[in-house]
Amino acid sequence: MIGIQGSGFGFRSRLRAILALLGVVWLAAGALASAIEPYPFESEVQRKRFQALAEELRCTVCQNQSLADSDAPLASDLRDEVFRMLSDGRSDMEIRSFMVERYGNYVLYRPPVVGHTLLLWGGPLVLLLVGLVAAVFVIRKRRKAL
Amino acid sequence: MIRMLIPLAVFLALVGLLIAGLQTAENRKLVQSPLIGKPLPGFSLPGLHDPDTMTGRDDLIGEPFILNVWGSWCWACRAEHPFIERLGREAPIELIGFNWKDERSDALRWLEQFGDAWDRHLVDYEGKVAIDLGVYGAPETFLVDHEGVIRHKHIGPVDANVFQDLMRRAMALNSEAGS
Repeated sequence: MIGIQGSGFGFRSRLRAILALLGVVWLAAGALASAIEPYPFESEVQRKRFQALAEELRCTVCQNQSLADSDAPLASDLRDEVFRMLSDGRSDMEIRSFMVERYGNYVLYRPPVVGHTLLLWGGPLVLLLVGLVAAVFVIRKRRKAL
Repeated sequence: MIRMLIPLAVFLALVGLLIAGLQTAENRKLVQSPLIGKPLPGFSLPGLHDPDTMTGRDDLIGEPFILNVWGSWCWACRAEHPFIERLGREAPIELIGFNWKDERSDALRWLEQFGDAWDRHLVDYEGKVAIDLGVYGAPETFLVDHEGVIRHKHIGPVDANVFQDLMRRAMALNSEAGS
C-alpha cells in the first residue's frame, strides 16, 4: 500500500519536473526566436506578415536557408529592407516583386507557375495519374484471374 | 518481354535525370541576374579615396565600364586580384571598384597590401545599392555599356578563362561605344 502510494507520488513529481523542463525549453526557444528579429513592429499582423515573407524568401548567399533562418549579413540587410517596406505600407506582392526584380524567381521558395516550372508544379499530379492508371490495370487483371 | 523492359526504361530515365542534375549542379548555384539588359539602378555613393565626393549613376553614363564588387573581408577577392589587376591594366574601358560592406580603413589597408588596380572605387557601406544591383556575394563583376545598361554579370572570382571572356566583352563594348 505504502509502496503504491510512494510510486504514485514519484510519478506525479516526475511529471511536474518534466513539465517544468518543457516550460524552460519553450521559454528559451521563444527568447531565441525574438533575439533574431528585434524589429519594432507596429502590430501583431505586421509581425506575422514579416515572418511569412522572411520564410518564403530564399537567402541567396546561403542557398538552402530562408531569410528568416539565415545569419548571413546579406540576409540581415534584406530583412531590414523587408521591414522598411512593410513599415512604408507596401503590400506583400510589392515586396515579393521587389526581390524578384533584383534576384529573379530564384528568391521565391514558391516559384510562379510558368513554362519551365510546369514540371515542378504538375509533376506530382502526373505521377499520381500514372499510379492510378497502373493500379486500375493491376486490379482488373487480378479480377479476371479470379 | 516488353513488360520487363518497362522498369528498366524507368530506371534509365531516372539515371538520365540524375546525370543531368549533377552536370548542372554547379550552374544552379549561380543566380541568374534578372538585371541583365536593364539600366543600372540609380544611386549616389561616396568614393573610397575621396569620401567627400559623391558619384551618381548619371556621372558614369557615357562610357562603358567594368564594375567589380569587392571587400577586404572577401577571401575570393584576394584570389581574383591578379586578374583584376590585369583587367585594370589591359581592358580598354574603366574599371570601377564597388567596395561592399567594408570598413574604410580595412579597405585602404587591403589596397595598400595587394595593389590598387581600379580606376576608382565607390563605397556602399550600408549595402543598399548592392541590393538594387542584385549583388549576393563578393566578388561579382558587372559590365555596363555606354548607355548605362547592364550587359553582363560574372558571379564569383575571375580566373584566367573569365578574364579572357571579360576582356573580349570589354573590347566589344568599347567599340560599340565608339561607333
